[in-house]
Amino acid sequence: MDYKMELTPEQLALLNGEQGETMAKVVKTLVMYGEAFGATKMIPVTSEMGHLVTSFGLKVMTPVYDLMQQLIDAGLSSKQKFSVDPKPVDPKVPSNFAKNLVFNKFMYTKQDSYDEQLRKLGLVSDEAYTCTCYMNEVGNLPKKGDILSWAESSAVVYANSVLGARCNRNSGIIELFGSIAGFVPYFGLVTDEGRKATWIVEVKCKKKPEAQVLGSAIGMKVMEDVPYVKGLTDWIGTELDDDAKAYLKDFGAATASNGAVGLYHIEGLTPEAVEMGESLIAENAQVYVIDDAELERVKNSYPVMWKKPDKAPQLCFVGCPHLSLQQLKEWTDNVCEGLKKSGKKKVTIPTVFTAAPAVCDEFNKTEYAAKLAATGVTLSYICPLMYMNNPLAKMGRVITNSNKLRTYTTSRYYTSEEILDIITKGAK
Amino acid sequence: MKTFKGRPVVPGTAEATALVSHGGFNTLASFQTALQFDKPEDKTAKCGDQNNADIFEKPMGGSALCLPQTIGSTTGGMVLYCAKVMGKSPACMLFSEHIDSLAAAGCILGSVWTDTPMPTVDCLGEEFLNTVKTGDKIKVYPDGTVEICD
Repeated sequence: MDYKMELTPEQLALLNGEQGETMAKVVKTLVMYGEAFGATKMIPVTSEMGHLVTSFGLKVMTPVYDLMQQLIDAGLSSKQKFSVDPKPVDPKVPSNFAKNLVFNKFMYTKQDSYDEQLRKLGLVSDEAYTCTCYMNEVGNLPKKGDILSWAESSAVVYANSVLGARCNRNSGIIELFGSIAGFVPYFGLVTDEGRKATWIVEVKCKKKPEAQVLGSAIGMKVMEDVPYVKGLTDWIGTELDDDAKAYLKDFGAATASNGAVGLYHIEGLTPEAVEMGESLIAENAQVYVIDDAELERVKNSYPVMWKKPDKAPQLCFVGCPHLSLQQLKEWTDNVCEGLKKSGKKKVTIPTVFTAAPAVCDEFNKTEYAAKLAATGVTLSYICPLMYMNNPLAKMGRVITNSNKLRTYTTSRYYTSEEILDIITKGAK
Repeated sequence: MKTFKGRPVVPGTAEATALVSHGGFNTLASFQTALQFDKPEDKTAKCGDQNNADIFEKPMGGSALCLPQTIGSTTGGMVLYCAKVMGKSPACMLFSEHIDSLAAAGCILGSVWTDTPMPTVDCLGEEFLNTVKTGDKIKVYPDGTVEICD
């Protein structure tokens, strides 16, 4: 094949088939992928662990599982252990006969065999199914400057922005190929130049902006560019504490799903912005000013996809991306307080909070677990997005405070405060 | 006939009818229903993305898909690869802008891991997308030349 990038003798040997035809095709894919973006070389993956986006044994993805089997049959596996996105089904989550039939007989018929493939390729544990692999309880926490071969847009944008690691917005399979080869093409967000901000976002709100709406507004404006956000520390502080990290998790997921942001800098807060300040801003960067009215405009622009928009919601999901331990505790307190005020004992509609299995385990060791269970809220490790990835979901009326879930499904967005009102008072 | 010159990401030849998406093409939303619920022998792959008025419910299989970039989930590349293997992908993909990382993954996976690569050309320019209309006859050449035939 023709290529322009510089390969080491070891990489060239792999490309020429020294470790077999399958490994040669893995490397050829990475070379072609890098060439498409002008990569000049390959650089080693340095993080301790990888993260894959493909967690679901969806029948329609059979060609992907066939490809994975080719890798396994050739004796290939990831050079690092990896975590993977959440599972699509959890028996605890409210369902019905028709949905169970569709899930188990038509859609996720490959789940067990795919889980086995993941184990063979390097899955770190059967508990490692979450989109928030970077939680302390999960333990896939890259260091600043680490080079990653990850996919899952919300995890990539968090790792780049909050942790200061370096990773491109990879597609599924490409991230696994990088982990198998042990190197990734040098372009985009793994380069110094690619991490410069081409947008300045000035936050001029008079109240704390809802993370999911602020992220949505910025994502829709800058698309795949890098924003440098000023004025946000007035609301979330200058310490990367649990509150700030949870805010940035939800903010980042919205930038990545409502646009295609892979990295943002928060002035005075995120590691590279603290270290390098405005030198991160590229020449001729565009400016986007956000105030309360702009956030309201963006929120009001979301289409309502329900067939009967005036009807009451039937199901609520909170936790896309998965909640942190602290968020789970806060939601528990808020739901208990809200129910007390409204004189109710249980939430008014079936409600599911989602978090990583390891976070659920930690939560279940605390006194909050019994309090949450008493409210009728279900705690699950499920991926709400995959749960809604079927034709029957379009018939149901699901509400969420997740802008990612809203974007990819027919669920309806409300702010966290509005969600709390709905599930504790039966409002809306 | 009008001719445009782009960059061949996956070189090849193709002749097909244009299907034009002026907005970002959401790969997962577009292919999800067709791949999941259509019969295997049904290769039409009608677009299921209700947010894309340009191509919603129009057949994508075997078309010359003209678009700025793809958007959406990082499963996009895998979905495109599955469509290719299942014989439901476009005949070629023609990008007015620089190809995005998700589409690049799908097109390149199709090139390396199947016997029938899908010719892919990017950087065709804004004028290309302003000129080409759904239903136009398209010819693609290995050097990235794209002809819109009268």
